[in-house]
Amino acid sequence: DANIKVDKHNRNKTHTHTMVNLEKQFNFLNRVKPDEAPVQEMGQAEGEETEKKSVSGPCFPPTFSVSEIKNKQRRHAMFLKLKEEKRKQKLELKKKKKKERKALGDQAPPKEVPKTIENQRIYDETTVNPEDEEVAFDEGTDEFSAYFSRLTNPKVLITTSDRPRGRTVRFCEQLATVIPHAHVYYRRGLALKRVIPQCVSRGFTYVMVINEDRKVPNGLVLCHLPDGPTAHFKVSNVRLRKEMKRRGKDPTEHVPEVILNNFTTRLGHSIGRLFAALFPHDPQFVGRQVATFHNQRDFIFFRFHRYIFKNEKKVGIQELGPRFTLKLRSLQKGTFDSKFGEYEWVHKRHEMDSSRRKFHL
Amino acid sequence: MQHDDVIWDLIGNDSFCSYKVKTKTQRFCRNEYNLTGLCNRSSCPLANSQYATVREEKGRCYLYMKVVERAAFPARMWEKVKLDRNYAKALEQIDENLMYWPQFIRHKCKQRLTKIAQYLIRIRKLTLKRQRKLVPLSRKVERREKRREEKALIAAQLENAIEKELLDRLKQGTYGDIYNFPIHAFNKAMEKQEEETESEEAEDEEEPVTREFVADDEFEESDLSDFEDMNNLKGSSDEEEDAEEESREEEESEEELEEEKTKAQSKGKAPLKGPIRKKRAYVEIEYEQETEPAQKSKAT
Repeated sequence: DANIKVDKHNRNKTHTHTMVNLEKQFNFLNRVKPDEAPVQEMGQAEGEETEKKSVSGPCFPPTFSVSEIKNKQRRHAMFLKLKEEKRKQKLELKKKKKKERKALGDQAPPKEVPKTIENQRIYDETTVNPEDEEVAFDEGTDEFSAYFSRLTNPKVLITTSDRPRGRTVRFCEQLATVIPHAHVYYRRGLALKRVIPQCVSRGFTYVMVINEDRKVPNGLVLCHLPDGPTAHFKVSNVRLRKEMKRRGKDPTEHVPEVILNNFTTRLGHSIGRLFAALFPHDPQFVGRQVATFHNQRDFIFFRFHRYIFKNEKKVGIQELGPRFTLKLRSLQKGTFDSKFGEYEWVHKRHEMDSSRRKFHL
Repeated sequence: MQHDDVIWDLIGNDSFCSYKVKTKTQRFCRNEYNLTGLCNRSSCPLANSQYATVREEKGRCYLYMKVVERAAFPARMWEKVKLDRNYAKALEQIDENLMYWPQFIRHKCKQRLTKIAQYLIRIRKLTLKRQRKLVPLSRKVERREKRREEKALIAAQLENAIEKELLDRLKQGTYGDIYNFPIHAFNKAMEKQEEETESEEAEDEEEPVTREFVADDEFEESDLSDFEDMNNLKGSSDEEEDAEEESREEEESEEELEEEKTKAQSKGKAPLKGPIRKKRAYVEIEYEQETEPAQKSKAT
């Protein structure tokens, strides 16, 4: 009898085991004698529950789990109560800690540093130590050594994939203003493998191919010319100059400075050098322009600013020029050859994207 | 017996045929052996017991022929003749094989052969050119990447990072002498000098009056701003000397002012370079605040 009545109330079919549990829980919560009629129990349970809600948090028996309640409404209510409890406890803890800190004053232990993804980053064994001789030697003899020992000046050819749309064309033009000695040429269906020897013969040091998909640039192939490495990036969040808020006037012809941030591993170092070699050596500080490549969690953010020093502790920056983000997809030794090239690094999604704290650049 | 008319009645104009595809204006035939692709009395391979087609397989053209004698043997109904790769020779082959056939079928076969030959040439030309490779994007991955990029952007705090880097470069002196306020370094240098010459300060207090202004190595008399500053300083120091007799309280502070100014002057000469001279007044004001307490302790 009792069981049936409980059933009706719940509108659930619960087997006896859970029924017993339910009754136990209600007994616990409401301290009702189990001898009383179940309907009354229920009524009282309801009443007491509502009372409980208005009173400060219920006390839960240690083996109680919110997920064991079969009734959705009651389960939800219990869960909310539980959360409220936890939140209160957390707040109290925080207050206590703050008080302690204040009380201790100078002797307080140092504030705990919150965990960030950068803090928790899995240590990459290819991280470059600044004094590493091997790295220094490598960098002295790699493909960029010519640039870094000031033998060559950069000359960049910017082109697109076939039939570029307006946005890509404008992006190319703006890139050409940002990078000094850059020339934009239309592709007209030429094969890259034929373009490259022509560029080499005309003294270009870089070829930049901006790939387009659905009227939006989405890829970048950066090829260092006299048999240098080829890097393939995914381009996203391209913002052209007129879409920038509060931007300054157009960039002038002065050679900008270059900032490369956070390129820590060997791979990051080589990519950093790749970017550095795009720009001529001696920046003209008169122009007060700076191009930044900032690496954060394997995304490289490109920004172009004009800066002004207000005093020795404050600098104001104003963004001009396009902005975009890059993500390295592959780095290939030698000039562009997708079929037979030797790849130094390829982004393999299943291996490399498995951990949220592992980065490669 | 083969009754073509009957068959056509059954499947033809308004009847049902499983190969028929109807649009608003036209009827098409999906049968692979159809010569023209349209659903007509003369083009239907089912309703014509004598029929021929040209079909292409893996770059080679074949002529298929059907005659009424083989109508009872469906397995052997179509005769397949390989045509020559050479277009002209293939045409001759067609003519030869369909010698006494109706003009319609012969003509259409040749037309079909022409079309096929043309598109084969085009295929060969296109495969030599670069082909666009379509890479499928996984929506889940793209969404994940997008979100990670946003989070990375927030974590990067780009403006702060750039500003910090620029200020670091300024401190290190990569900008050289372009900017007029390497005051930070200047301050440090000044503090060091103060520590060295603390003993000299005591002597200066005793002799406020006799001061000598010694020329710097880089000193040029043509620099007007220098003279202006020096005049101002002299004037102010004279005034302070007069005011000393007035009140004691002011004396000390004024003495200190004097001394500090002289100190600033004397010390200021050593590390001075062109642009900093103009800032002399500004620098001195700063110093008054800083060195007062140190002085007082030494005096007493």
